[in-house]
Amino acid sequence: MAVLHSAPRWTSNEGVHDALVAALGDMVVSSKEEHGEIVIEVARESAEDALRSLRDNHEYQQLMDIAGVDYPSRVNRFEVCYCLLSLTKNHRIVVKVSTDEATPVPTVTTLWPNAGWYEREVYDMFGVLFAGNPDLRRILTDYGFQGHPFRKDFPLTGYVELRYSEEDKRVVYEPVQLAQDLRQFDFMSPWEGADYVLPGDEKATPAPAAATPKTTEKPADTGAGAKANAEAAKATPPADSTKDAPAAPAPTESRPDKKEDGK
Amino acid sequence: MTLQLEQSPTTGDEVISNYTINFGPQHPAAHGVLRMVMELDGEIIERVDPHVGLLHRGTEKLIEHKTYLQALPYFDRLDYCSPLAMEHSYVLAVEKLLNIEVPLRAQYLRVLFAELTRICNHMLNLGSHVMDVGAMTPNLWMFEIREDCLNFFERASGARMHAAWFRPGGVHQDVPLKLLADIADWIDTRLHPLFNDAMSLVVDNRIFKQRNVDIGIVSKEDAVRWGFSGPMIRGSGIAWDLRKSQPYDVYDRMDFAVPVGTNGDCYDRFMVRVEEVRQSARIIQQCIADMPEGPIASTDRKVVPPKRAEMKQSMEALIHHFKLYTEGFHVPAGEVYVATESPKGEFGVYLVSDGSNKPYRCKIRPTAFSHLQAMDFMSVGHMLPDVTAIIGAIDVVFGECDR
Repeated sequence: MAVLHSAPRWTSNEGVHDALVAALGDMVVSSKEEHGEIVIEVARESAEDALRSLRDNHEYQQLMDIAGVDYPSRVNRFEVCYCLLSLTKNHRIVVKVSTDEATPVPTVTTLWPNAGWYEREVYDMFGVLFAGNPDLRRILTDYGFQGHPFRKDFPLTGYVELRYSEEDKRVVYEPVQLAQDLRQFDFMSPWEGADYVLPGDEKATPAPAAATPKTTEKPADTGAGAKANAEAAKATPPADSTKDAPAAPAPTESRPDKKEDGK
Repeated sequence: MTLQLEQSPTTGDEVISNYTINFGPQHPAAHGVLRMVMELDGEIIERVDPHVGLLHRGTEKLIEHKTYLQALPYFDRLDYCSPLAMEHSYVLAVEKLLNIEVPLRAQYLRVLFAELTRICNHMLNLGSHVMDVGAMTPNLWMFEIREDCLNFFERASGARMHAAWFRPGGVHQDVPLKLLADIADWIDTRLHPLFNDAMSLVVDNRIFKQRNVDIGIVSKEDAVRWGFSGPMIRGSGIAWDLRKSQPYDVYDRMDFAVPVGTNGDCYDRFMVRVEEVRQSARIIQQCIADMPEGPIASTDRKVVPPKRAEMKQSMEALIHHFKLYTEGFHVPAGEVYVATESPKGEFGVYLVSDGSNKPYRCKIRPTAFSHLQAMDFMSVGHMLPDVTAIIGAIDVVFGECDR
């Protein structure tokens, strides 16, 4: 596909994907090249080895970011994405690992010291554990916070809110009480295949499913009840295939020409 | 570590122990809400543990609940000192997923205003840096330049800081011709005289040099290992600038130099920023000189809403307008990591789309995260007042660091 956008242009991806996948060998679980990005998913256990190989043998010197993504419907619901940058080759790739709530991902603080905070952030936000990280504390959320807020099942409003209590002379935490309902607008068009109950239709009882589907394939199936069907079956003459269908009516005689002009 | 009585460097009977002090969360030199737990041996720093997250607002979670267009203004509020540079990464990420062509004039306008943002950001950083180490006057002069920049933003977008002016597919509105003329005049008559005056007080100043030279030295290897970017990596002597190496919009048509440091200390980082301001002024002049006429946003009506006047005339335009401002546009499924050279370094957006009208996940790569993490190794062995110089040279803003 022709590149129309004006997003950052780095060295061509030509051949890089195949070379990297071949070099990483059986550590690779899947890989793709889409939207001009090379994304390689590696096995969880070999994440550190794969990244070390990319850093030392393939010149991806810098770890720019570690992003967590949550897909609750998958068995391994979390993806941990390492965004790597090569200063010498002027190239970027994304390396992915997937895991679940309980299984730790090997740390890469042994490879890049700045991975420490990124792993802390993924742990804080998603609850992904990193085996070997020496300092896996929460980083962005409050001291004593509970839960992992960027999981898809964590509500946007959270569970607790805090205020300064004049009586206690300190900040107190209370369950969230919204003065107004949190409005989640849904702009998906219902006639474009939305498979949910429309707001306001919740009370409408769905029609009971028919034992035999109603059809009107034969003239006897009028769709107007048993009585009408019996009447129709009686009145309908048997179809006679030998008889020709009536021809088109003869054209009416041509009308006299209109006068072209009133004059 | 407690010294034994006989080892104690003091005269006699008291025993010295290490201090642990809190720097912040409310400290004028912390550039925001940064809490650092510091272990001191006398006035020498032994360990620094920065606590961030006091300004965490859950921006990435909020973005998941908004359409692509509604998510844009959150980016202004990340690094509130350089709002348009934050938008730049996001709009480019959305455009990359959509693979949509942006008209040339829009690309020039974006580059122009991104560079104006860079000047605006550096004025604040350089000014507060010199103020952190004791000089008052240059900050006041540079705030005048910053004020001018904010006025230009207001004239382009209607908002001084939270512009929301870059949009997927182009920019929101065209700028008046007078604004471009005024920016060109301003560079010659205001920016250079004021900036040169302010810098003449600082760059050769003996006190300023004593506070910054050889403070917080970062070697090339450390800069790479710690994921440095922007003026921090250039200060360490690596000529790495995403505008040059991975050009976006029309940066490949611009002629500018990338300043690098030689020592990797706070003074070098400061001077890299000083030179970047001058280079940004050059880029702005080239943008104004070369900018073509034409549309300022893509004409793909499935992404960019029509002009209001057109909407009053055409039924189709009205439908597009309604659909784009309620449902928004759908972005093809996929994932991209797009990073631009923001004034503070590499600002990246890792955008995951599931094909709907809302981002499935939008991970923001803040510049300050890897820089602030290196605080510990940069400041160990230095004196307590050097910490303010190091933080000033990192150029950290917590709206972006904490998100």
